[in-house]
Amino acid sequence: MKRLAITLCLMAAALLSSQSYARDVTLTTELKNYGGDGAYLAIYLTNAQGQYQKTLWVAGKKLKYYKHLSGWARGSGQRKSEYDGLSGASVTEGKTLTVTLDLPDTYIDAGFQLHVDTAVEDMRDNRNDVVVPFTSEGVDKPNNGRGYIKTFTYSF
Amino acid sequence: MLRQFHSLSGLIATLFVVLLTISGAVLSLDPLLERSQAKIAGTSSISVAELAGKLITRYPGTEQIQRHPSGSIIVYFTDGDQTGADLINPLTGATIGAYSSSPIMVWIKNLHRSYLLGTPGRVVAGVAAFFMLLLTFSGAVMLINRLGGWRHIFRPIQGPFKQRLHTEVGRVAVLGLILSASTGLYMSAMTFELIPDYSSAEPGFPTHVDGGVPASIDTLSALKVIPITEFRELVYPYPDDPMGVYSITTDQGSGFVDQATGQLLSYQAYGNPQKLYEFIYMLHTGEGLWWLGLLLGLSALAVPLMAWTGIQIWWSRKQSATTINHNSAARLADTIILVGSESNSTWGFAKTLHDALHRLGFQVHTAPMNQLGHHYPQAKRMFMLTATYGDGDAPASANHFLTRLAKMTKTPDVPVAVLGFGDRQFPEFCQFAKEVEAALITKGWPQLLPFETIHRQSPQEFSRWGQAVSSVLDKELTLVHIPAHPASTTLTLVERVDYGTAVQAPTAVLRFKSPEGSHKGLLNRLLRRSGLPHFDAGDLVGILPPGSSVPRFYSLASASKNGVLEICVRHHPDGVCSGFLHGLAIGDTVEAFIKLNPSFRPASGKAPIILIGAGTGIGPLVGFIRNNKAHHPIHLYWGGRSPQSDFLYETELKRYLEDQRLTKLNPVFSRISQGAYVQNKITEDDVELRQLIGEGAQFLICGGRNMASSVAVAVDKVIAPLGGDVATLKAQGRYREDVY
Ligand SMILES: Cc1cc2nc3c(=O)[nH]c(=O)nc-3n(C[C@H](O)[C@H](O)[C@H](O)COP(=O)(O)OP(=O)(O)OC[C@H]3O[C@@H](n4cnc5c(N)ncnc54)[C@H](O)[C@@H]3O)c2cc1C
Ligand SMILES: Cc1cc2nc3c(=O)[nH]c(=O)nc-3n(C[C@H](O)[C@H](O)[C@H](O)COP(=O)(O)O)c2cc1C
Repeated sequence: MKRLAITLCLMAAALLSSQSYARDVTLTTELKNYGGDGAYLAIYLTNAQGQYQKTLWVAGKKLKYYKHLSGWARGSGQRKSEYDGLSGASVTEGKTLTVTLDLPDTYIDAGFQLHVDTAVEDMRDNRNDVVVPFTSEGVDKPNNGRGYIKTFTYSF
Repeated sequence: MLRQFHSLSGLIATLFVVLLTISGAVLSLDPLLERSQAKIAGTSSISVAELAGKLITRYPGTEQIQRHPSGSIIVYFTDGDQTGADLINPLTGATIGAYSSSPIMVWIKNLHRSYLLGTPGRVVAGVAAFFMLLLTFSGAVMLINRLGGWRHIFRPIQGPFKQRLHTEVGRVAVLGLILSASTGLYMSAMTFELIPDYSSAEPGFPTHVDGGVPASIDTLSALKVIPITEFRELVYPYPDDPMGVYSITTDQGSGFVDQATGQLLSYQAYGNPQKLYEFIYMLHTGEGLWWLGLLLGLSALAVPLMAWTGIQIWWSRKQSATTINHNSAARLADTIILVGSESNSTWGFAKTLHDALHRLGFQVHTAPMNQLGHHYPQAKRMFMLTATYGDGDAPASANHFLTRLAKMTKTPDVPVAVLGFGDRQFPEFCQFAKEVEAALITKGWPQLLPFETIHRQSPQEFSRWGQAVSSVLDKELTLVHIPAHPASTTLTLVERVDYGTAVQAPTAVLRFKSPEGSHKGLLNRLLRRSGLPHFDAGDLVGILPPGSSVPRFYSLASASKNGVLEICVRHHPDGVCSGFLHGLAIGDTVEAFIKLNPSFRPASGKAPIILIGAGTGIGPLVGFIRNNKAHHPIHLYWGGRSPQSDFLYETELKRYLEDQRLTKLNPVFSRISQGAYVQNKITEDDVELRQLIGEGAQFLICGGRNMASSVAVAVDKVIAPLGGDVATLKAQGRYREDVY
């Protein structure tokens, strides 16, 4: 009986602690009606100096356009391993892209920044359409974009 | 076959191809518009470093500079929270204006690429480009066949107005359309990754960056050596990022530039696939090659016009064609009927035969003689029904028959019966049918029935031939032929002028109009329609005399735009139709229909025109002169009997001489002292005529066939010193006849 209680306690502790190591993060990007084709987006993390750390999502299928997401393309070197399993279709104007992923807690409130680069065929590329600090404080606060993004919000 | 294929693809693809080409034509203006805004003169000596240096103070937040193929320079920048894009004068760095792609052009581009329907629309656009290519090629092959081969591709085109428009426009636009459609197809295949990706490898991000204090951009050595004519794009590093680099793209490749040392850090030249793609892209869009873009845009505009005329040609052909019901496939049929026809009446007879055989349970296949096949596995018997045209020549649907037959090494072992349709008035009565029969015999083809002829589409003679067919079939075959004629119009005689009775050549100029009331209606009045069907001088009117099923043709001396239908008719002794026409009083009516005869027309252009005729042959020639509002040089040679009696159109012709619609009038009369015929006058004027031929003159001859052949002999002699003959002129479309 006692051993069972201990086991349960340990399991609960393990569970709790593992919860505190990673979190489900939801990223919501709503686009403006910019009057063009589907947008390519790259959402990624940099450190406080702006150096690339990790890709969170790439929207858009054609590799030949990736170089137009120039901040991300440089940081990630467009290596497949960087975005494997983290890509999807391009996003039509006016539509909202929502992605949810598992992210280690160590990125939160530790000076990291979320960046979104956007590009649309025959229109300008927007490096840093959105740049926001990745903090608990910023949860659910919409951020306006400078380019094709109307608002960008994250929550966890 | 090819024509059916061409029409069918055209009908299927019309809407999509028309949208594609109209939008494409609008887009073709874009490179020119862009170029007109860009300041590009004298920029070739400027380097990228120099250009970027000019922007430092005005655009501190520069993120990216682009040069479009048109030469426009665009700078993308941030200013606080705002982003912007400006068009720049590369010489001064001054702002020309805010840059944005026009929303209308973006919309049209989307229409062009995907009919505004996203990915499925792009598939459709790709398929439409494919159809366009098929149509262009099949049309080009038809055109080449029609003109008699590659070498004659610039020959004048004949045919009814809409057909001529369709083919003339097609001939001019064909190269542009092939280029647009094939490059468009290539780009579509690229979009759907049906062709391997062209993109060259990206240069690797530099592993080592100096990291020192960024130098001013105008001092960076790598950027100093790139002239802006080769420049495409420069992306700036993040401000405050010591490890950042510039990325530079030129028309040769791309690489990175160290912001501290100005060195080119890693560079990758484009591979051949990418260069090819860019070349094809330029050909398609005209970006960087604005004049080609405009030419392609213009040829694209031909497509809506060709779609419209094409549909009308298809429709009128469908209307006039005889439809054969229960037509079995050639490989299944036990009975084959091959038809040689020019103006379709023989098709009517073939249909009567086809239907009668079908009722008796035969499997019948009916086709044009030009479609003679090598092999009819089930066939037990064959019929060939053919008319004769020109001077004993083949009719349109049999004009390749003899060459096809000659090429066959093994002929089908099926007994055949040849039936000729003709007119005993012609010296070469049923000549073509006779030649067909002779060729079959030479080939050793077995005979089903002896050769037979039908004079003037006689239903009685046809039904008699049917009895001969019955006897070899051992079944009772009844051929009751009721000729079908084109829908006829009722016309009222409004005026007549009589000539020639004194010289035993009674000839009348008859003018008809639509009966009163038939052309009231607001629409008709607005369009100033006369109620007459459309025709031009030189076309023919078919008249059905009461009590006869065979129409007679008369050459038209007026155009429908003249408001009257005018013919010039000679009264033949005992002639049924000419007698009927000469008996008409003002206010009497006739049943008539129009048969276009578009090859008999003066050529457009400035070259002189020589009109030659005798007797009633003056009709269409007067029509041409009357409508010569442009005052082209026209010389008329005409023969009659006596200036006092049958000088047809005398007063009119003299008026046309005065107002210069007619340059020279040469009337010749046979029944006066020292009388002569037109051909004599032609021989006499040889020097002047050679002069005119040297200027590119065209001959148009109208009237009886004896006159026409004498004239041809005379003209041959006139040209001989120039080293040509009438046959050559005919091939060039410069010698045309309307003879009867
Ligand atoms: C393309 C074309 C254009 C023409 N343009 C004109 C024109 O502008 N003006 C004009 O006047 N005519 C023109 N004709 C001729 C016209 O069509 C008629 O052929 C002509 O008017 C005689 O027709 P009909 O009915 O009066 O005579 P039909 O009754 O048809 O007889 C024609 C002549 O042949 C004789 N004839 C009748 N039957 C036979 C027979 N079985 N064998 C031999 N001879 C016979 C008759 O006695 C008569 O002299 C044109 C013909 C063609 C094909
Ligand atoms: C311009 C012209 C030339 C003709 N030449 C001849 C000819 O040389 N010999 C002949 O027997 N019939 C000739 N004909 C008569 C046609 O062969 C005959 O009317 C035939 O029935 C027409 O058939 P289709 O309507 O099927 O073409 C000619 C008819 C025209 C209009």
